[in-house]
Amino acid sequence: MNNKALKITTIAIFIIIFIVFYKALQDTNIYTPKKKSNNEIPSFSTNLFYSNKKINSSELFKLDKFYLLNIWSSWCVPCRTEHPLLMDLTKNKKIEIIGLNYKDKKNSAENFLNELGNPYQEIIFDKEGINAIEWGAFGVPESFLINDGKVIKKYIGPLNKELVEEIRLLIK
Amino acid sequence: MLLSVIGHYSLILGLCFSLIIIFLSIKNFKNSEYLNTKILFSSFFQLILVSLSFLCLVFSFVFSDFSNETVFNNSHSTKPLFYKISGTWGNHEGSLLLWLLVLTLFISLFLIKTKKQPVKYKILTLLFQQIIIIGFFVFLIQTSNPFNYLYPTPDEGLGLNPILQDPALAIHPPILYLGYVGSSIIFSSALAATCLNMISKKWATHIKKWVLISWVFLTLGIMLGSIWAYYELGWGGFWFWDPVENVSLMPWLALTTLLHCILVLEKKQVLTSWVIILSISTFTLSMCGTFLVRSGILNSVHTFANDPGRGLFILVFLFSLILISLFVFFFFHKSTQNELNNFSWLSKETSIIINNWFMMYFLSVVLIGTVYPIFLDVLSSQKVSVGPPFYHKLIVPFLIPFLLAMAIGPKLKWVKSNLEDKLSMILLLIISVLISFFILKIFEANFLINTILISSATYLFFITFRDFFIKKFNNISQNIAHFGFSLLILSILFNSLFSSEITTNLKVGETFDDSKTKIFFKSIKQKEEKNFKSIIANFNIENSMGITENLSPELRIYNQPNIVTSEADIKTTMISDKFIVINVVQNQDYFNVRYQVKPFMLWIWLSVLLISFGGLVSLFKKNYE
Repeated sequence: MNNKALKITTIAIFIIIFIVFYKALQDTNIYTPKKKSNNEIPSFSTNLFYSNKKINSSELFKLDKFYLLNIWSSWCVPCRTEHPLLMDLTKNKKIEIIGLNYKDKKNSAENFLNELGNPYQEIIFDKEGINAIEWGAFGVPESFLINDGKVIKKYIGPLNKELVEEIRLLIK
Repeated sequence: MLLSVIGHYSLILGLCFSLIIIFLSIKNFKNSEYLNTKILFSSFFQLILVSLSFLCLVFSFVFSDFSNETVFNNSHSTKPLFYKISGTWGNHEGSLLLWLLVLTLFISLFLIKTKKQPVKYKILTLLFQQIIIIGFFVFLIQTSNPFNYLYPTPDEGLGLNPILQDPALAIHPPILYLGYVGSSIIFSSALAATCLNMISKKWATHIKKWVLISWVFLTLGIMLGSIWAYYELGWGGFWFWDPVENVSLMPWLALTTLLHCILVLEKKQVLTSWVIILSISTFTLSMCGTFLVRSGILNSVHTFANDPGRGLFILVFLFSLILISLFVFFFFHKSTQNELNNFSWLSKETSIIINNWFMMYFLSVVLIGTVYPIFLDVLSSQKVSVGPPFYHKLIVPFLIPFLLAMAIGPKLKWVKSNLEDKLSMILLLIISVLISFFILKIFEANFLINTILISSATYLFFITFRDFFIKKFNNISQNIAHFGFSLLILSILFNSLFSSEITTNLKVGETFDDSKTKIFFKSIKQKEEKNFKSIIANFNIENSMGITENLSPELRIYNQPNIVTSEADIKTTMISDKFIVINVVQNQDYFNVRYQVKPFMLWIWLSVLLISFGGLVSLFKKNYE
């Protein structure tokens, strides 16, 4: 009797695992952007990278401007390929790029910026990866297009030329 | 072209042989006086066909036959011969073909080597193994055929990812696969033995060889991967809790536990359920790893191809195997009642059960850390990433009792015992605590947890070290492995506690100087190689003792594909590794220099070698205890 219950439970557990894996396969959307429209940005307070000053999210993201929040890290290889595109985007005055440095060593992050240039207006220093979780991020790199305190679009994975072009169109 | 055709058709023919073998086996099973020689021949022929197919792929790589899609995607005519060959398994299709090759190789070896076991058992093992082999044949031919034909033939291939062009990595996959796939034999024969109700002492002695073989290879394979990550990825670490590393660690944990259970089963008819479940889970965890890595569900350096079709195939296949094995287990296995009741609490069996539970705990931590993000994503669309802190927090504290149990457990006798030489064991414990306390005091890293951890590792170290001299070598293999493990933990601990790092920007002729270290950037030169250009920098590094080292890190600019990699220069000594990498700072004469001193790095590899050496000794030793 007890044995039977055990058998059924075991098989049930495996069926559940199967379903979850199957679902996960269905949306192998790890590198395709997932649209999340009109989401309020999280409110948080955090430390800035260079000044180490505490700052609130409302001070960082003004309501009337476009922002691109870019989550990056010096140890992240795709960030390297995406970086020149960000540098290029800084020429566009309509948008400010805010960096979120994710689980990184300050030294290595500084070297990364020295080496490849700094496209960021401000950098949030997220050593523990807590801010990134508040944003609902699950990896690096990831970018959020923000306007009026809302996330207009979320880009998972490195940006490429087409996506940057899309950003340019969106902020026109 | 011709090679692709031969390779492709030998695969299809190989699949046909599987069907023949199954047909013959079923016929033979009913009338099982002796093993039909036709079965033996068919198995060999299948092995020959798969080897032929594999060789065809190897030669397609060697001759740079770009009409083959796999070769086109992963090779280039200017690549050195060695990497052309290793490129064969440096990609999804080729590595699966290697899986298949090892699968057929192992079953043939099994059929030759297994003499004293009943014929029915052999046939059933062969049948289960053929189910796996057919699965892989179909998978290979259907979704990832290594012999896809390209027309018109391209002039040049796309090249192998430069970070994969490394000697350690070239042999890492075959060795690891021997371990992974070796566990398939354990899986098949455990199922066969369960069906025939012959999980017994005799079976344990027979299967122990196979467990040891896959265990040794798996251990070495994981070590090679880790060495590669250390030398090539240039992050200066050796274990990153990357999903793929976890995926190879999980079968290792299961297999290690299985090994210990088998040792008990060899002495006493207990733990049979453990043995069966662990045999099943070792192989299914290996398969699960293949699934997670190849389906693109997880992202990592090893994700060769993101193809949901492939993922779905492995998923269905994996779960069919799990269901079959669950069915066999529930239907045929009759566990001996009161297995655990005749255990004395102070006996070797008990300590091995304790060891099992610890291992299962570590296994679940790694499993949850790897799989949880997927579950969370599916169930609530939340994304999280699980990093090293999770594993460290959950695993490190539990290492303490684990290490102590490892020190004391082997001292106990089977069935029931009193601890002998209690006095000297307690004495050693006190000495270990004192030593670790002083070491930490001197180097100013004196936290209670560190002291306790190092004490318990030193304790294991002393106990096993002493046993080399007094136990008259009657359990030398276990002692070597445990000694190796204590060394491993000690080296990892010292390595993480006493590593130091300097990062700075320098140009040629400049010197970086802090109170302890002087880094002088002496010169720079350029070199042309066959498939890359390299920039070699030269540094003189002087430490506080006045000893000067000369190190030359390198930047490589590969032509195909166009990727820059930094090759660290590492001076390895018995005491510490000096590790230096450079990177270009854009549009400037400056180079970004990272210099690290990592104590006891070499000992990490040495101790893993020692651990697997313990396994080897046990494999070749005739009489165990």
